[in-house]
Amino acid sequence: MNQGMVTAAYIIAAILFILSLAGLSKQETARRGNVFGIAGMAIAVLATILSPNVTSYGWLIVMMVIGGGIGAYLAARVQMTQMPELVAILHSFVGLAAVLVGFASYLDPDSHLEGAAGTIHNVEIYLGILIGALTFTGSVVAFGKLNGKIGSKPLMLPHRHLLNIGIGVVCLILMFIFLGAGKGAGAAILVLMTLLAFAFGVHMVMAIGGADMPVVISMLNSYSGWAAAATGFMLSNDLLIVVGALVGSSGAILSYIMCRAMNRKFLSVIMGGFGNAPTSAGADEDEEQGEAVPISADEVAQLCKDAESVVIVPGYGMAVAHAQHPVSELTTQLRKAGVDVKFAIHPVAGRMPGHMNVLLAEANVPYDLVLEMDEINDDLGDVDVVIVIGANDIVNPSALDNPNSPIAGMPVLEVWNAKQVIVSKRGMATGYAGVENPLFFKENTRMLFGDAKDSVNAVLGAL
Amino acid sequence: MDIGVPKESHDGERRVALTPETAKHIQKLGHTLRVEAGAGLAASISDQAYTEAGVEVVSDTKSLYQQSDMILKVRAPGEHPGLGDEVELLKPGSTLASFIWPAQNEDLMSKLAKRDLTVLALDSVPRISRAQKLDALSSMANIAGYRAVVEAANHFGRFFTGQVTAAGKVPPAKVMVIGAGVAGLAAIGAAKGMGAIVRAFDTRPEVKEQVESMGAEFLELDFEEDDDAAGEGGYAKVMSKAFIDAEMALFREQAKDVDIIITTALIPGKPAPELITTDMVESMKPGSVVVDLAAEQGGNCKLTKANEVIKHGDVTLIGYTDLPSRLAAQSSQLYGTNLRHLITDLTPEKDGVINVNMDDEVIRGATVINKGEVTWPPPAPKLSAAPTPTAAPVVSAADLAAAAEEAKPSGLKTLVGAGIGVLVLLAIGRVAPADFMSHLTVFVLACFIGYQVIWSVTPSLHTPLMSVTNAISGIIVVGAVLQISSGSGLVAFLAAIAVLIASINIAGGFLVTQRMLKMFRK
Repeated sequence: MNQGMVTAAYIIAAILFILSLAGLSKQETARRGNVFGIAGMAIAVLATILSPNVTSYGWLIVMMVIGGGIGAYLAARVQMTQMPELVAILHSFVGLAAVLVGFASYLDPDSHLEGAAGTIHNVEIYLGILIGALTFTGSVVAFGKLNGKIGSKPLMLPHRHLLNIGIGVVCLILMFIFLGAGKGAGAAILVLMTLLAFAFGVHMVMAIGGADMPVVISMLNSYSGWAAAATGFMLSNDLLIVVGALVGSSGAILSYIMCRAMNRKFLSVIMGGFGNAPTSAGADEDEEQGEAVPISADEVAQLCKDAESVVIVPGYGMAVAHAQHPVSELTTQLRKAGVDVKFAIHPVAGRMPGHMNVLLAEANVPYDLVLEMDEINDDLGDVDVVIVIGANDIVNPSALDNPNSPIAGMPVLEVWNAKQVIVSKRGMATGYAGVENPLFFKENTRMLFGDAKDSVNAVLGAL
Repeated sequence: MDIGVPKESHDGERRVALTPETAKHIQKLGHTLRVEAGAGLAASISDQAYTEAGVEVVSDTKSLYQQSDMILKVRAPGEHPGLGDEVELLKPGSTLASFIWPAQNEDLMSKLAKRDLTVLALDSVPRISRAQKLDALSSMANIAGYRAVVEAANHFGRFFTGQVTAAGKVPPAKVMVIGAGVAGLAAIGAAKGMGAIVRAFDTRPEVKEQVESMGAEFLELDFEEDDDAAGEGGYAKVMSKAFIDAEMALFREQAKDVDIIITTALIPGKPAPELITTDMVESMKPGSVVVDLAAEQGGNCKLTKANEVIKHGDVTLIGYTDLPSRLAAQSSQLYGTNLRHLITDLTPEKDGVINVNMDDEVIRGATVINKGEVTWPPPAPKLSAAPTPTAAPVVSAADLAAAAEEAKPSGLKTLVGAGIGVLVLLAIGRVAPADFMSHLTVFVLACFIGYQVIWSVTPSLHTPLMSVTNAISGIIVVGAVLQISSGSGLVAFLAAIAVLIASINIAGGFLVTQRMLKMFRK
C-alpha cells in the first residue's frame, strides 16, 4: 500500500466515523452506527499497518491482541451500573496513550524539523502531552470516585484556585523554556511538565463532587478527543485530527448539556463544589419543614394498582442498589394490570449522561416508555402516582421556589404536581447538594424507607 | 359545604351535573351532596344509583335550592316550568357553577350579581395546560363532533364505507370537516372510523399535523398570509378579505364533490362566519347532508335553522344545538368530571370549605362574579405553557437571566469574539507553514461537523455515544503503530505500550457499546 492509498483509506475511515456518530442520533440506527465505527477503525488500523512506514509487525500484533483481549474482557464483564467507571478508565487510557505517543514523537530520531515548522511541532508535542496527562490522572481520579475508592465529597484545598492558576502559569513558562532548549534538556522539561499536569488532573477532579460527575465524565471525554487531535497535529495525521475534533466537540456538547441541566456554569463546576453557595437560607427553613409520612410496601402496591398512570423517576440510588431489574418487573406487572407506566429521566440523573437509560434498557424496559424531562414535565399533573427511586436533588421543589437555595434555577422534575408521590429512600439524608428537600414533607408525599431494591421487591411481592 | 344538583329545567336538556362516580370524589373533599329526584333519569342514572353513592335525593326543588350553599348545573339558570326564574331560587350569597356565557347573557349576569352570588362559569375556564382537566367546552365539543357524524349518517341515505358487494360497488362517502378544533377533530375521527373519506380545513395551518394524525386529508389554500391565524388561547380569529375569498373558492369546489359537510367554525364573541353559501348548498349532490355545529351562533350556513332539520332542495341541513345533550350519559360523565376537578381546585385543604382563590389563574378565569361583584372578563391569559403560579416568579426570573445570558453574545460580544478569532487565525497563518494550515483546516471543519452531528443525538443514547467516542478516540493507536517501527528502542517501547492501551480502548469501547445497544428495545 503506498501513501496515497493509505490516505484514501483514512478518508473512508473518517467518513465512517462521522456516519457512526450520526447513527447514534436515533435508537433505530444506533447499532448500525456502531458497526460503521468498527468498520472505520478496522480500515484505519489495517491501512496503517500495511503502510510502507511500518516494518516491525511482531510486537505490534502481540500488543494489539493482548490489548484487544483485555478490552473485550472488560466489555463483556462490566455491569451496567458500572458503566461510568468503565468510561472513565477508558478515557484515562486515551490520555496515557497520548502522553506516550507524544514522548515517542519527541524522542524519535527520524524527525528533522527546523525553524517555524520545528517550533510548531514542539508546541504540538507539548500541548498533546499536557492534555493527555491531565486527562489521564483526571480520569483515574474520576474512576476512583465513581467506584467508591475515593470519597465523593469535593476536596477543598486552601487557595485551590490560586494553585490551579499557578500550575497553569508554570506550564506556560515551561513551554517557552522548552521551545528554546536542546533535545536533552527538552526531555527533562517535558517530564517535569507531565508531572505537573498529572498533579493538575488529580487536583481538578478531586475538587469536584459526586453529583457533578456527569459533567466531569463528558469533559474528560472532550479532553481525550483534544488529546487525540493534538497528537494528530504532532504526527501530521489528518485522520487523528478529524477523529480528535469529533470526539472533542462531542464531549464539549455533552458537558454543555449537562451543565444546562443543572443550571450551572461550566467554569463553576470545574472550579469545584458548591463552596460559594449561600447556606444560611436553608437553616431557618428546617424548623417549618414538618413531618415526612412513611408508607408501607403493601400500601404502595395498592396505590399503584388503583392508579391509571404511574411515572417512575429513577436516580443514582437505583443504580447503587442495582434495583433496575425489580423496577422493570414492577413495570411489566403494572402494565399487565392495565396501568400506564412511564419513566421520567432527568438529564443529570446518575453519574454520566444517559446512565439511567442504559440501566433501564439493560433491565428490558422498552425505550419508548422512557421519557426525557422536557417531554413529561408538563404532564406530571395528570399522573396518579409518581414513584421516586433513589433520586433527590432532581425532584427538589426548592430549585424553583427558593431563590436562596444552592440549586435555585436548576430545572427539576415537578413530581409534586402529581396526585401522589412515593419516595423510596434509605433515610432522611440530604442529596449531594446538601439541600433539604421540601418534597418529602409535602402533603401528597409518602416515604418508603429502605434499600431501593428491597423496597421495590417488597412492593412486587404485595402485588 | 352543602352542594345541590337540581334537575335541568331547560326543555330537552338531558344532561346532569353529577354522576355517582364524581359524587364519591367530591364527598372525599368534605362536601355534602344532594340531588333532585329524577335529575339523572334522562342520562340513565337512577335515583337509587345516587343514593348508593351516598348522595341524598331530594324531591322538592325549592328546598334543594334553599339547603345548598353551592349549586352545580349544566345550563345557565333560566325559566323553570312551574317555579319561575331559577335565579330567584338560588340562595343569596351562595355559589353557582354552570355554563353561563357571560358575553351573550348580560341580563343574566346582572341578575346573578344582584343576588350576591359567586358564579363560576365553566365556559370561561382559561385555555392553559393546567386547566385542561376542567375544560368543559372541550369535552362537550368532543361529544358534539362525534354526534354530528352520527346525525349526518342518520340522514344520509348511503353507507359511509366503500364496499364491493355481489350487488354492485358502493363508493365511500366523502366528508368535509371545516374547523379542526376539538369538535372538528372528533368529527374527523368518527367519520374516519365509519369508513368515509375525510377532508378537513382550518384557517390555522399548524393544525395540519393533528388533522393528518386523525387520518384525514388537510385541505390547503393556494394563498399566503403573514399573520398567524391562531388567536389568543388557541382559537381562530377573523381572517383577511383575500384569505376568505380563497377559502370560499375552495369550499365551492369541494361542495360539488363531497356528500357531507360538517362545519364547526366559531370565533369567540362573534357571530359564526358564513362559510357555506346558498349556491354551494344547491350545487351539492342530491341526498347530501350539511351539519352546522355553529347553528346557535347564527350558523356557518345561512340556510340552517337552529334546533331543526330542514330540507333545502335535495340537501338536508341539520342545525341541532343540543348535540351533547343527545349523548346525555356520556356528556354527563365528562361534564361531571370537569366539575369535580373544579371543586377539587376550589377545595385545596380538602376540608369541605370552598376557597375562591382569585390569585389562581384558572379559578380567576372561571369566576365571572365574585360575591356579587362582576369579575368578567378576566385579565388576558398568559402563554398556554405557563408554569404553576407559585413557581412562576422564580422561573421567569431565571428565564430572564438565561435569556439575557444568551442575548449578550449575540450582540457586540459575538462580533468582538469573531474579530479576535479572525485575527488569531491570520496571525497563525502568517508564521505557520502551509502544511500546518492545511491540518488546521481539517481540524476546524471536523469540529463543526462534530458540532452538527452531536446535537442530533438523542439524550437516551448519551452513554453509548460516550463509549463510541471513547472507542474511536482509540484511533490514537494509528500514531503509535507508526512509531513502533522506529529505530530507537525507547521510542518503540513507548509506542508498544501505547498500542497496548489504545487497543484496550478500541475493543472495550466498541464491544461495550454493542452490548448496550443490544439492550435497547422498543
